Amino acid sequence: MSGSDQGRSSDVLDVDERARFEQLVLPHLDAAFNLARWLLRSREDSEDVAQEAVLRAYRFFRGFHGGDARAWLLQIVRNTCYTWLEKNRPVEHMTEFDEELHPQPSLSPESLAIAGDNRERLSRALETLPPRFREVLVLRELEGCSYKEIAAITAIPIGTVMSALARARQRLQRALTQPPVQEAPREL
Amino acid sequence: MSCDYTRAALHGYLDGELDASRSAEFERHLVGCRECSKELETEKALRAGLQRSGLYEHPPLSLRKKIRAELDAATAAPAARKIPVWQWLAAAAAILVVAAISWYAWPLRNAIGGAAPPPFTAAELIDAHIRSLQPGHLTDVASTDQHAVKPWFSGKLDFAPPVKDFAEDGFPLVGGRLDVLGGRNVAVLVYGRRKHYINVFVLPTKEPDTPIHPPGLRQGYQWLHWRHQGMEYCAVSDVSVADLHELAQLIYQ
Repeated sequence: MSGSDQGRSSDVLDVDERARFEQLVLPHLDAAFNLARWLLRSREDSEDVAQEAVLRAYRFFRGFHGGDARAWLLQIVRNTCYTWLEKNRPVEHMTEFDEELHPQPSLSPESLAIAGDNRERLSRALETLPPRFREVLVLRELEGCSYKEIAAITAIPIGTVMSALARARQRLQRALTQPPVQEAPREL
Repeated sequence: MSCDYTRAALHGYLDGELDASRSAEFERHLVGCRECSKELETEKALRAGLQRSGLYEHPPLSLRKKIRAELDAATAAPAARKIPVWQWLAAAAAILVVAAISWYAWPLRNAIGGAAPPPFTAAELIDAHIRSLQPGHLTDVASTDQHAVKPWFSGKLDFAPPVKDFAEDGFPLVGGRLDVLGGRNVAVLVYGRRKHYINVFVLPTKEPDTPIHPPGLRQGYQWLHWRHQGMEYCAVSDVSVADLHELAQLIYQ
């Protein structure tokens, strides 16, 4: 058993590195799972993908030279998610950034507050957004990431994080105010 | 009708990402622009909805276990290399020295009151913490009001844990619950820190006061343990040690 490991011993981390990984990276497992959950829209698949991403992070750990461990891990989680989507749900993965900016329906903060307090409705609205919009919202509103971190995780230039968020929020508002039936065509 | 600001600076302002001068500029603009004021209110309502609705999803306990097992498999065992004879001798000598010192130091240690270990194990502590993070297990009484949480414990425990809210210091009280640690009922105070939770386990003790001990680490969670005025405390979380220490000091005071 020990003999078979010798060939790749250079990739295998030792006990000290393992301890460092536990201290720096593993505390962000919740963040990893939450991001995967919203990108894949499934708890079950997210468990597999989060696990794969953490192990991948472990293998790459020698390449991590300090800094923001959460952003570093989430970047790997995001890549793992998109690779998984490409393989398992190719149609969904093709949905691209929708650059259009429609004038919004006039919406009062009160009506939005009511719609926004309904967990089911919010969750469904968020899930109807294309993944690229969904991820910036999840990172900003649920994970509390800064623009700099969002840029690092999603590989979009920091100058465009603000406009990506603006578009994502507009899309979410629209999804919240439209009748749920039209917004959920994939529920068959 | 359309306002240039609405689609640009407003979001940076909302997210606290504008520099001081642009932020001030936007605030001046806001005074005279109804469209932007309304849009800002709408965005704030949306954000509040997103953050209040409990959309953050936590992984099941089993995932952490699975990952640890995989990490074990991917970690090299400490190498069983050949050790030269002189190192064996040096090690043996070192053991003798330590044994001798402990032998003489033992009564002294007792005399100055070397702190007794906590009446529970690290594994029990971390398991209790992880269990609390599973859906619906965090609090039995969810309240940010210390005057609501404290009386809740009375009648359920044979001691009264000190309950304080530290919202102003960045550690809002989230609630309390009963838990079992080392085979006995304990009080748990739950504090929030950004998106994370800190469990503070409290139980009575007859041991003397101790300072806050150096942090312990296991499975990516850290804890701090101390005794103060007849109570034993253990704060556990995945927040940084600095944050955990800050809360421990607030409680200690």
